[in-house]
Amino acid sequence: MSVAEQTPAAESNVLRKRPARRNGRWAGYLHLLMARMLELKREPEVVFWVFVFPLLLATGLGIAFRNKPADASSVAIASGVGAQEAEALLQKSPRSASFKIDVQDGEAARKGFRLGKYDLVIEPDGTGGLRYRYDPARPESVLARSEVDDALQTAAGRKDVVATSVVTSSEPGSRYIDFLIPGLLGMNLMNSGMWGIGFALVDMRQRKLLKRFVGTPMRRSDFLLALMSSRLVLMIIEIGLLLTLGILVFHMKVLGSVFAILLLGAAGALCFGGVGLVTASRAQKIESVSGLMNLVMMPMWIFSGVFFSYERFPAVIQPLIKALPLTALNDALRASILEGTPLIHQWPRLLVMLLWGGISFVLALKWFRWT
Amino acid sequence: MPVAVQCRDLRKTYDGKVEAVRGLNLEIQTGECFGLLGPNGAGKTTTIEILEGLLEPTSGEVSILGHSWRENAHEMREWLGISLQETRLSEKLTVRETVELFASFYREPRSCDEVLEQLQLTEKADSWVGKLSGGQRQRLAVATALVCNPKILFLDEPTTGLDPQSRRQLWDIIREFQRAGGTVLLTTHYMDEAERLCDRLAIVDHGQIIAEGSPPDLIERLGGHHVVEFAVGERTTGNSDGAILETWRVLPSVESVREDGGMVALSVKEPHLTIPALLDAVGKQGSELQHLTTRQASLEDVFVRLTGRHLREE
Repeated sequence: MSVAEQTPAAESNVLRKRPARRNGRWAGYLHLLMARMLELKREPEVVFWVFVFPLLLATGLGIAFRNKPADASSVAIASGVGAQEAEALLQKSPRSASFKIDVQDGEAARKGFRLGKYDLVIEPDGTGGLRYRYDPARPESVLARSEVDDALQTAAGRKDVVATSVVTSSEPGSRYIDFLIPGLLGMNLMNSGMWGIGFALVDMRQRKLLKRFVGTPMRRSDFLLALMSSRLVLMIIEIGLLLTLGILVFHMKVLGSVFAILLLGAAGALCFGGVGLVTASRAQKIESVSGLMNLVMMPMWIFSGVFFSYERFPAVIQPLIKALPLTALNDALRASILEGTPLIHQWPRLLVMLLWGGISFVLALKWFRWT
Repeated sequence: MPVAVQCRDLRKTYDGKVEAVRGLNLEIQTGECFGLLGPNGAGKTTTIEILEGLLEPTSGEVSILGHSWRENAHEMREWLGISLQETRLSEKLTVRETVELFASFYREPRSCDEVLEQLQLTEKADSWVGKLSGGQRQRLAVATALVCNPKILFLDEPTTGLDPQSRRQLWDIIREFQRAGGTVLLTTHYMDEAERLCDRLAIVDHGQIIAEGSPPDLIERLGGHHVVEFAVGERTTGNSDGAILETWRVLPSVESVREDGGMVALSVKEPHLTIPALLDAVGKQGSELQHLTTRQASLEDVFVRLTGRHLREE
């Protein structure tokens, strides 16, 4: 008893040098966060994959899909007897502007059709009739067939029995790029959250840096908190850059409030931070965690509607798809950015993210290996 | 004098199979520099990591300055400066940023500039850790331990892989810390390091302490004062090895004999009595000496005597 009481206090005055300063409660957290941000800033790969790559992807895809006006069908007419007449008839139609017409040798026309250059091939049968070659599995091909048929019949003098008229309605945010940018935002938050947390942790574990940290009085919660906070800071930059690109280059209209979008981004960043944490909670090697990460993210790349709508998948698996955190994040971001849906109506999606993040975080704390 | 580090009957079994530490007792006094000496895989690192509170022992008691890891871990970490065997600090942080980071974890750290100065890292303060040499990295590792103003310094193989100059620099730093009243526990498989630095040391093999004492004491008790090494010509090959060794053992003042890499090594108290008798014996056999050296006994001799193996061999 006497030994225990006298040792630390008694000799400390003699042997310990005078402290240079006293650290407050949050000194460790602030230094950890600062160190993390400095490291990220000095890592060119991180800057590229987190910031530059999504911008390039958005620009590339945006340009690819913008160059093809949605309503122009490209049609080939196989040359031969009757081809001239068919072309003249189509040109005469009041809707001729919505067709891009090539007169081609029959072989070349069919080849172009196979490669997707033409949506429809018109083949005169030499007796005044026309044959449509189209693919019922390609929506644009089906559309072209019915549009062309309609135009030809009308131009040739068909009289419509029912009087119809049309009103065009072009909603803001209905272009592909409008669909794409929120999806890219979500995917980027997932990628950088999983890699930013998971990769960093396993790397530090492998380097025995985690063990070294645990040998100090550093609070473990401060360490994890600093890691999560660094994600939030990056999230703001990621969202800012992509949205600015959308607005400036693609004239996207952001209907939701910046606050709501950032809040959704934060929910997403923390959710995937938690998933990254649990994925990396035990792995000792970068190689093994890479495999795990891809395994976790793969279903979401496919099903969560990043590049195309998940409505195309069978109805049976829709509930499963909607339970994925990236689906919730993408849907929430789209609703907020494109439709201005208030946060209050987004609670089921926020709940999905909260549950994924929260459960992952609790499991991670339970399984986490510091050494 | 108060006890700085104490452990009783320490055991550590990995996965219920591998016994890394098998009943180890230690008592390190405040102000002492204590060394754990042993070959790779002897259980040194496991032992020091249990003492540092980084590993849970399978059984046994540890107390640091009278406190136990189970009750007072957070407070105890304030007193310990540790350097692990292989920590790779973040390469993209500068030396100063790294030391500041570690300083921020402690309530009352020392000034970073002062520590960098002490470890001769001031010039490198703004260099990235990735650009440092091996010796500089090792000094930085010790800097992260010293910046917390520790009472006890734990160093796990601090000089492994360093060039002679860097090793000497590090020894000076350790001595300086000890002179200021600090307690040091270090592991090493370098004999010369243990002999020069440590007040006391324990030789560890297969997870147990097989000898303990001050370096001169161990050498005197177990190594003999001097070692006479020699090799003789081929003509003696008729006899069996054991019988030949026996002819050397009976020479005056010889304490032990062993065969070592084609040479015979005698542990000897007084070489001036042994050598003339050795020359006589070789002459009588009709063979001739091919090699003869005498040297002061070292810890290496102690280790070989105890285990029949050299420290550095597998």
